[in-house]
Amino acid sequence: MKPLVGSIKLLIGLPLLCTFDTSALAANTPLAADAGTYHVEIRNFAFAPKTLTVPAGTRVEWTNRDDEPHVVTSAGASFASSKALDTGDSYTATFAKRGTYTYYCSIHPMMVGTIIVQ
Amino acid sequence: MQDTHDSRRQFLKCMAWAGAGTVWLMKGGVLQAQALGGDPATVKDASFSFVQISDSHIGFHKAPNMDVAGTLRQALARIQAEQTRPAFLLHTGDLTHLSRPEEFDTLAGLMQEARVGRSFYVPGEHDVIGDNGAEFFRRFGERGPAGGWYSFDHGGVHFVGLVNVLNLKAGGLGSLGAEQLAWLKNDLAGRSASTPIVVFAHMPLWSLYPAWGWGTDDAAEALTYLRRFGSVSVLNGHIHQIQQKVEGTVTFYTARSTAYPQPAPGVGPGPGPLQGVAPDALHRYLGIRDVRHVQGAGTLAVTEEVLA
Repeated sequence: MKPLVGSIKLLIGLPLLCTFDTSALAANTPLAADAGTYHVEIRNFAFAPKTLTVPAGTRVEWTNRDDEPHVVTSAGASFASSKALDTGDSYTATFAKRGTYTYYCSIHPMMVGTIIVQ
Repeated sequence: MQDTHDSRRQFLKCMAWAGAGTVWLMKGGVLQAQALGGDPATVKDASFSFVQISDSHIGFHKAPNMDVAGTLRQALARIQAEQTRPAFLLHTGDLTHLSRPEEFDTLAGLMQEARVGRSFYVPGEHDVIGDNGAEFFRRFGERGPAGGWYSFDHGGVHFVGLVNVLNLKAGGLGSLGAEQLAWLKNDLAGRSASTPIVVFAHMPLWSLYPAWGWGTDDAAEALTYLRRFGSVSVLNGHIHQIQQKVEGTVTFYTARSTAYPQPAPGVGPGPGPLQGVAPDALHRYLGIRDVRHVQGAGTLAVTEEVLA
């Protein structure tokens, strides 16, 4: 399945076109690079915030602050999973389409988080 | 059989030896504590012994242990120094920290170097990252069903290696899955209830502390197949500390890690490596487990040894 990654900020308001990777367009975006990036911290075996609501086209960056590795894994394979994130490692996914994305850590599955894309 | 007075005396003696190691005699599901070296009859009674090690986490390189290869090497040396040569070694998972090929290489090299002989492995969740365990099973798997679980017999004891770290569900615990449970039911079906059974798997097969993921969702069904046996020992890793529970004729044990300790259930914000362990105290938290099969009555004696 093609992961929904890439910067899609230009296409906000055109959700039907948001299914392809537009990372090549990122350099031309008029928005500041970080304006659309939200952050999720992984700390003490939990995602913080546990539920994050973002506008469509947002980049979400997870950063592992634990001494244990974690893996960001989509519960419905609706976005690409991360590799093993060691301490300090980050992973970014862009959410182009509206919806509720449940994810968990594949090696500590009691760790569950949700991205709500509006 | 010891009387109550002797048992209490033995227990106190055991407490005095705490840190040096403890022998656990299991008789019909009831544990009896005994100091290491306290009763030579225990060793004499043994028809064979095996060793369990767990959670080597090769690749981990932070406090409280910057040298997990070194502490594994020490654990293996401890096994070499055993008076009675163990028949084989069980490694109950988390060989590596991040499932990286070079971490598996290091583990394999250390095992070979220590010449511990025949070794059996089951994967931990750290060994199956990114490839559902393909690399782990290619290197350390046994011949058996495609799912990686297997069984074998030794000295009249039936050993079952289970895999409960794959196909984990969001919000869930460890998982055996329908296919493995069906295999287990069939594997145990024809056996006499007097056969001692040893089940080993990475994650605890009882609900030890679900809030930290310390349990297996469908272990209860596996236990329905095991309950008719007179002596069942379940050996797990995952939580880097010794916890035990007796449920009828089934006794559950978790093992220490050879790499780093984790906090007691629910103590602190999460199950990460126990911080604040002084380097010279670390060895008291690490160790190996020695299991002797005692002839007659199908009993197993479980000995814990720390690296200190």
